[in-house]
Amino acid sequence: MQHTISVIVENDFGVLSRVATLFSGRGFNIDSLSVAPTNEEGLSRMTIVTRGDEQVLEQINKQLNKLIDVLKVLDFSDGSAVERELALIKVAAEDDSRTEVLRIVDIFRAKIIDVTPKSYTVEATGNPMKIDAILELLRPLGLKEVVRTGSVAIGRGAKGWNG
Amino acid sequence: MKMNGARIMLECLKKEGVDTVFGYPGGTVINLYDALFDFKDIQHILPRHEQAGTHAADGYARATGRVGVAIATSGPGATNTVTGIATAYMDSIPMVIITGQVPTALIGNDAFQEVDIIGITRPCTKHSFLIRDVKDIAITMKKAFYLARSGRPGPVLVDFPKDIQIAQGEFHYPETVEIRGYKPNLSGHPRQVEKAVTMILESRRPVIYVGGGAVLGGAAEPLTQLARKLSIPVTTTLMGLGSFPESDGLSLGMLGMHGAYCANMAMTGSDLIIAIGARFDDRVTGKLSTFAPHAKIIHIDVDPTSIKKNVRVDLPIVGDVKDVLMKMIKQTDKSKDKLAGYISALAPWHSDIDGWKEKHPIAYKQSSTIIKPQFVIQKLRELSDDDAIISTDVGQHQMWTAQFFQFNKPRTLLTSGGLGTMGYGLPAAMGAQAAFPNRQVITICGDGGVQMNIQEMATLVQNKLPVKIVILNNNFLGMVRQWQELFFDKRYSSTCMELPIDYRKLADAYGAKGFLATKPGEVESVIKQGFKENGPVIMEFKIAREEKVLPMVPAGASLNEMVLNA
Repeated sequence: MQHTISVIVENDFGVLSRVATLFSGRGFNIDSLSVAPTNEEGLSRMTIVTRGDEQVLEQINKQLNKLIDVLKVLDFSDGSAVERELALIKVAAEDDSRTEVLRIVDIFRAKIIDVTPKSYTVEATGNPMKIDAILELLRPLGLKEVVRTGSVAIGRGAKGWNG
Repeated sequence: MKMNGARIMLECLKKEGVDTVFGYPGGTVINLYDALFDFKDIQHILPRHEQAGTHAADGYARATGRVGVAIATSGPGATNTVTGIATAYMDSIPMVIITGQVPTALIGNDAFQEVDIIGITRPCTKHSFLIRDVKDIAITMKKAFYLARSGRPGPVLVDFPKDIQIAQGEFHYPETVEIRGYKPNLSGHPRQVEKAVTMILESRRPVIYVGGGAVLGGAAEPLTQLARKLSIPVTTTLMGLGSFPESDGLSLGMLGMHGAYCANMAMTGSDLIIAIGARFDDRVTGKLSTFAPHAKIIHIDVDPTSIKKNVRVDLPIVGDVKDVLMKMIKQTDKSKDKLAGYISALAPWHSDIDGWKEKHPIAYKQSSTIIKPQFVIQKLRELSDDDAIISTDVGQHQMWTAQFFQFNKPRTLLTSGGLGTMGYGLPAAMGAQAAFPNRQVITICGDGGVQMNIQEMATLVQNKLPVKIVILNNNFLGMVRQWQELFFDKRYSSTCMELPIDYRKLADAYGAKGFLATKPGEVESVIKQGFKENGPVIMEFKIAREEKVLPMVPAGASLNEMVLNA
């Protein structure tokens, strides 16, 4: 089963490799990983999408918590978070397919951010399933390049991660 | 007062109460060594190899309970410490390793003797630091020592570039330290403790299973009290030996692959296992699916990741084992009225255990012509001091020591349990002897492992460290040979150490004394002569070449499927 975990870390030298080493050293999977600074000075937030049964997830949680640079691990497996991903999609667009791309972009409330006579570059945002869906529709038209950020997630409700 | 970074580092060590460091100089620590030249508060011991220096710091830490400190230069000096660091990491030994690093401006340039030692050691350190400013030395060292010794202890590496050692700065050592991502949970939850005692009082076939955490956590005293109060039998892992006196009637000895028959049968028959600072290692559990099939499990450990990692747990208690055990004793005292009834209800269990003890005690067949290794171990126990510190290497001699020496006090056995590092014994003994110049320190080795760090004979002689080196010589890499005999049709591939070595001459070459016993009748006199010497000594025993360590649970078999005679 897929799980989305948020990890609040010290914005220190080497913290990313500590997390990566932990996953590879213990045979845990990383489906996607995104990391950037937070609104709090000195802290970064990682969003990791991983897979495993309950026992594996419990170990991932505990092992992450054991890292000295990790302040907090939030497990969003219970759907208590809003999850979004951004994708930049370069798709072939010539003759007939130009309008078809535009139609799909419109349906998914995506945007065209770069245009050439032979292609469109699309910016799409949404939960990962929505990104998968737009990619499926654009694929037959000729995908040239796809860049995805990986999921980011934030807990629902009024409270922040530290209250 | 301004001073250079090298001097600041030494002042930090002094503040942490460090009296001995094990280190090897080189280009990127030459400034540190220059500062050490007239720094009289710290004894520096120069090993002959950085790996040995790291093991010595580890041995020092295991014997004293304090943080061991090792120093190495950058590049190959640093990489030579890796085995020592990994050994300490697997057994949760508090250590700080200071490695020199090329000047900060050169980091990443593939400079001479540059290596990314933080990257290399990331999976085998509790944490690591690269000091990038002379202002950060003091706070970094404060954190390093705090991390090394608190919670589940472990090695912490500090990479110390040469230009930071030269830079001038002020020295202020912080009184306290705050690491916001590190808050080990030391106090056991009272509700969990209450539940644990209730579960114990409901059990009829309980076993206390103790690991190295009880030794590290200084919990031998409350453990012994609790076990005796409740009359619960105690088995220990290799790392737990010494935490409960093996002379006590409640002791089952060691469990696991080469554990006692009674211990493994007790685990298999138990209805409640109380695991204390142990981690259900594969050498202990045997086949997981048939491990302790009837038992509920209470697991007490300071490290939550140890709990439910390998086996299901019915009641986890995260906390310092000493704290939890003391709370359990108090809680037990509240149920005093139930105690007598409980203990008498355990009578059938005790009689089962006595039956197992009697049926297959840890034993061997004595010989009048050839020296049995087990006999040497028994004689060593008989003739050594009560508080003697024993270190071992890894393999058959290690298991014979665990089975036959009988450990009654914590921190008297130094052995590489988790990593299983050959070459550990001699340098670890060296570290322990440096900490306790007046105690008897004995290292028990095989002829394989002893040669992996034999160069430390020089360090022993030079520093007047009177370690007694016992070599059980079978001219084999015995444990691998045993597996080859049992599971590979006696195809002894590369396990015969064909060249006989004259260890008496070797001892002589280093300026130490060497003794040799080839017959059982000579064992006692060699040990007595060796113990009488004031300096380091090699005592070599030519032992039965194909003697096996038994009983044995074959890899992948269930704990109760022991090979008793083969």
